[in-house]
Amino acid sequence: MNFDWSAIISNAKFLLLQGLVGIGIYGGGTLRLAIPAILLGFVVGIILGVARLANRPWIHYPAVIYIELMRGVPLVIVIFWFWFLVPVMIGRPVPEYWVALTAFVMFEGAYIGEIIRAGIQSVAKGQVEAATASGLNYGQMMYDVILPQAIRNMIPALVTQFIVLFKDTSLASIIGMMDLTKAAQIVSERELRPFEMYLFIAVVYWVFTYSMSRLARRLEIRMSPDRRP
Amino acid sequence: MFGLFGLSYEFRWSVLWVEPHLTWLLNGLSTTLRLAAISWVIAVLLGIIFGAMRTASFRPVRAIATVYVEFFRNVPLLVWLFFWYFGAPEVFPEVIKQWFIHHGIEFWSGVAAISIYHGARLSEVIRSGIQAIPKTQLEAGLSTGLSVIETYRLILIPVALRLIVPPATNESLNLLKNTSLAMTIGVAELTFATRQIETYTAKAVEALTAAALIYLVLCLTISTIMNKIEKKYAIPGLIVRGTGAEH
Repeated sequence: MNFDWSAIISNAKFLLLQGLVGIGIYGGGTLRLAIPAILLGFVVGIILGVARLANRPWIHYPAVIYIELMRGVPLVIVIFWFWFLVPVMIGRPVPEYWVALTAFVMFEGAYIGEIIRAGIQSVAKGQVEAATASGLNYGQMMYDVILPQAIRNMIPALVTQFIVLFKDTSLASIIGMMDLTKAAQIVSERELRPFEMYLFIAVVYWVFTYSMSRLARRLEIRMSPDRRP
Repeated sequence: MFGLFGLSYEFRWSVLWVEPHLTWLLNGLSTTLRLAAISWVIAVLLGIIFGAMRTASFRPVRAIATVYVEFFRNVPLLVWLFFWYFGAPEVFPEVIKQWFIHHGIEFWSGVAAISIYHGARLSEVIRSGIQAIPKTQLEAGLSTGLSVIETYRLILIPVALRLIVPPATNESLNLLKNTSLAMTIGVAELTFATRQIETYTAKAVEALTAAALIYLVLCLTISTIMNKIEKKYAIPGLIVRGTGAEH
């Protein structure tokens, strides 16, 4: 078979501007979905992670149940749930973009919550005792002793989760949101060049995820205590 | 019947067990399990081979494995599904293409996409398992007269597989959940079946609840079994469970 990449060059503007960035009449966009989803998912994750560590059972158990439910179900099912639920709760039709954003934030929040919890728990108990014994108050202890260590421990896992989320945004195309995958589907149906088309968007996704994973590795090395100068 | 913000919804759970819906669900479940099982076996094999190659001291071997792992795990599975279903058959010779078209090309494209993607992810898990084993084990194996491949096969990989049970379980559950994406290329698995019921009856809550519950039960069953296996095969003195937070 002969390869023909001209279909990609002639459609590059649509694929990258509309599909990847989200500038165009269809809205959507992989980056326009991924960036707010990462930020809001992080906020929801902090709330869930801290709630799971809470001593009060009426805060602790709902967080545990929510996290375990979300982690036991495929993302597609969660997206379909929100596709059905969000319009019912708001009482009018909602654009796919907002459905997808809600679903991603609520789904990834559960995974990020687990990372936050593990990060806080990874700080040794002796650190709390030592900080208290040396006369620090709660705020100073958290800010100067616990959080720097907790954040250092969870950054690699967090960046990995952000990479997963970035890849997961391709699922928004299932409910018809215009993203890179959806744009490629449309162009590929018109140009009949599926091999080149999907390989091309694979490379585009790869450029973003691979740079994020390089960043994660660099952070991991820089933050690991035994490699610091 | 329940009302929410002025909208009402009438439950009819029986849509799940009237025929042909029940048959759809059961067939969907069996397709999901078959897809997951076949893909899992291939993914584990790929994971062991490429995970071991990633730790090899011979640079070209390591480079091949790195290219495979870094390219395949960093691209969304959905893109791979479309690639293996719409794109890849184009480049195969006509004979092979015809065979697959007559033997359920959706299913086998799904197997290819899921096993190669998760094979790359499992490679990373297995690599970290092998790297957790002290280098002296490799040296000891070599000095007793084993070849490099024998040392890997008889010493490093068996120990690594016991070390990585928790992350490998996690990854296997991801594989199981990810089979739901095969719906997009027309594989009639569980999610596909529940969508079909929803299309025919307009009962979204019932259909989605059924799907969510079945996946939950599957995941919980597997993680319970794997917990038992992990305890049984834990290497004495190497893994101390439940004290990770205390160092």
